[in-house]
Amino acid sequence: MSQNFEQKDTKLIEEQSKIRSFKNQKKKTLYMDYVFEVSPKSSHVKNMFWAYVIGGLICAFGQVIIDLLVQNGVEDKVASVFASCILVALAACATGLGVYDKLGRFAGAGSTVPITGFSNAMVAPAIEFRSEGMIYGLGAKMFTVAGPVVVNGVMISFVIAVFHLVLGV
Amino acid sequence: MLINIAKAFLMGGFICMLGQIVINLTHLTNGKILVMFLILGAVLQAFDLYQPLVDTFGAGASVPISGFGCSLVNGALDGIRAEGFFGAIKGGLQATAPGIATAIIFGYINAILFKPRTKKK
Amino acid sequence: MQKRVGKQTFVFENAFVRQGFAIAGPKEKHGLLGDCFDFCLQDDKFGEKSFEKAECKMFKFAIDGVLNKANLQPQNIDTMLGGDLLNQIVSVSFAMRAYDSSFLGLYNACGTFAESLLVGSCLVDGGYKNKVVCISGSHFSTAERQYRYPLELGVLRSPVTQWTATGAGASILTNESDNAICKITKGVAGRVIDLGIKDVNNMGAAMAPAACDTILQFFEDTKAKVDDYDGIFTGDLGKLGRQILFDFAKDRGIDFKDKLFDCGAMLYKQKQQTFQGGSGAACSAIVFNSYILNKFKQKKYKKILLVGTGALLSPLTSFQGESVPCIAHCLEVCSC
Repeated sequence: MSQNFEQKDTKLIEEQSKIRSFKNQKKKTLYMDYVFEVSPKSSHVKNMFWAYVIGGLICAFGQVIIDLLVQNGVEDKVASVFASCILVALAACATGLGVYDKLGRFAGAGSTVPITGFSNAMVAPAIEFRSEGMIYGLGAKMFTVAGPVVVNGVMISFVIAVFHLVLGV
Repeated sequence: MLINIAKAFLMGGFICMLGQIVINLTHLTNGKILVMFLILGAVLQAFDLYQPLVDTFGAGASVPISGFGCSLVNGALDGIRAEGFFGAIKGGLQATAPGIATAIIFGYINAILFKPRTKKK
Repeated sequence: MQKRVGKQTFVFENAFVRQGFAIAGPKEKHGLLGDCFDFCLQDDKFGEKSFEKAECKMFKFAIDGVLNKANLQPQNIDTMLGGDLLNQIVSVSFAMRAYDSSFLGLYNACGTFAESLLVGSCLVDGGYKNKVVCISGSHFSTAERQYRYPLELGVLRSPVTQWTATGAGASILTNESDNAICKITKGVAGRVIDLGIKDVNNMGAAMAPAACDTILQFFEDTKAKVDDYDGIFTGDLGKLGRQILFDFAKDRGIDFKDKLFDCGAMLYKQKQQTFQGGSGAACSAIVFNSYILNKFKQKKYKKILLVGTGALLSPLTSFQGESVPCIAHCLEVCSC
């Protein structure tokens, strides 16, 4: 008799908790929909406009450097690499001077996606974590944001190269 | 020359705008956006689709991080042609070493020279 | 005297707020409540080498300030209670090296100040301690690098974000009514509520249900009504979170009318571009110790509710895809 009762009891509890978790789940999704609805959205058009303009200007500036280098007798391919390096160096200095993050506040992807954004992502944590020392601070944290770029880039290039090797393209 | 610059502006702006659309729709963080575009460029180049863009639009396609992915893959493929499997290992980084090294060197110098500033807004 | 009513509400008889002190950062100084604070920093490094050291110094400054204002010596204080937003609550703990009193470190994210007042009232009213100092605060630059991005990283801020306030607030609680500004009469320790918000920028929306749960519990336990209060101050829900709480409570039969204020949303002017207003442990701490205590001193307030809200996340859990669990503690503060 008592065993029976216990069984029934546990069954009841299980059922109740099932109902509760279902209700919770329902409540959760409802609430998330509601929050999504009431949250202010970023202005897509404005964001995209500034991303286009700033991103375009950075690339155009890169093109100016390339053209100037080519005019001065530098080889095409070398000029392109050289221009990237100059942009990276300039962005690093702009980050140090505290200008680049102001650009990023309104340009969004316009300042993130160009190679200058990669430079910013490396230099910003380096400056920030300098207070934890040159080795575990600056040295280690330099790659917190940009490290994944290098790691994933090397991996994907290796995988693609191996595929080419195996398929014999 | 002006045409080159205009082309770079149009293409570079377009790629950045794509990035902004992704950010607006998904709220991805900086690091994820960078990696996404890097992989996009690399995969396109695996089918030899990105280099034509670089040839046509110049800096407009090579300055965005997808151009970085493209040169990684180009480097690895060149490495294979020259040295086989060993080239696949070292080629990618070799091609992009100047950019990464510049970022490290100038990052280091800037980190010594400057302190982080509190933001006003 | 009954020490407890209803399910979750504590009742206090002898928990008096003797004095409060608020120190705020430069951005808060130029905000809406700039004139209320006892002291404002010119520069948020505060003459120190790192932002963490500055935060620590801020806490010491606030404790010394409140002791000075109340004409007390550090040895008169039995216990200090408090916490901040940094990992292992280092800033407050490190500040405590300078004092002889015993220390209880508390952490409920941005709701730490309300939590420390609640625990402090229990100690004082229970007769375990005569005088305790409750302290809490946060610092924009230290919180930003721990929870979000490095300062110099160029990122587009989402319009639902809030701005971590810089500042620290300290209050002295005693069991004696002499020179007291106000008294803490009731308190509710909240439950952890998680409705599945994963967007770490949208803390207001994550915390609003917790605040609602605690306030409803308080009203249910004490049979009080909104009209009994001069104001209901939430910690750092921000404008959006405040609106959500308002709607939520209305659906459940409680109309806040024009009595719902949010400490975070009160701090900044529109043009300071903080989007939804302030966040961080500093919000409720500095607003309570300046604005609210001033109103009590001027006899403009008779009874208010202070609801400290906290989002209990860490960068680690959000990378692991967890949602943001939240908590809220509620205190009823009356004039003496």
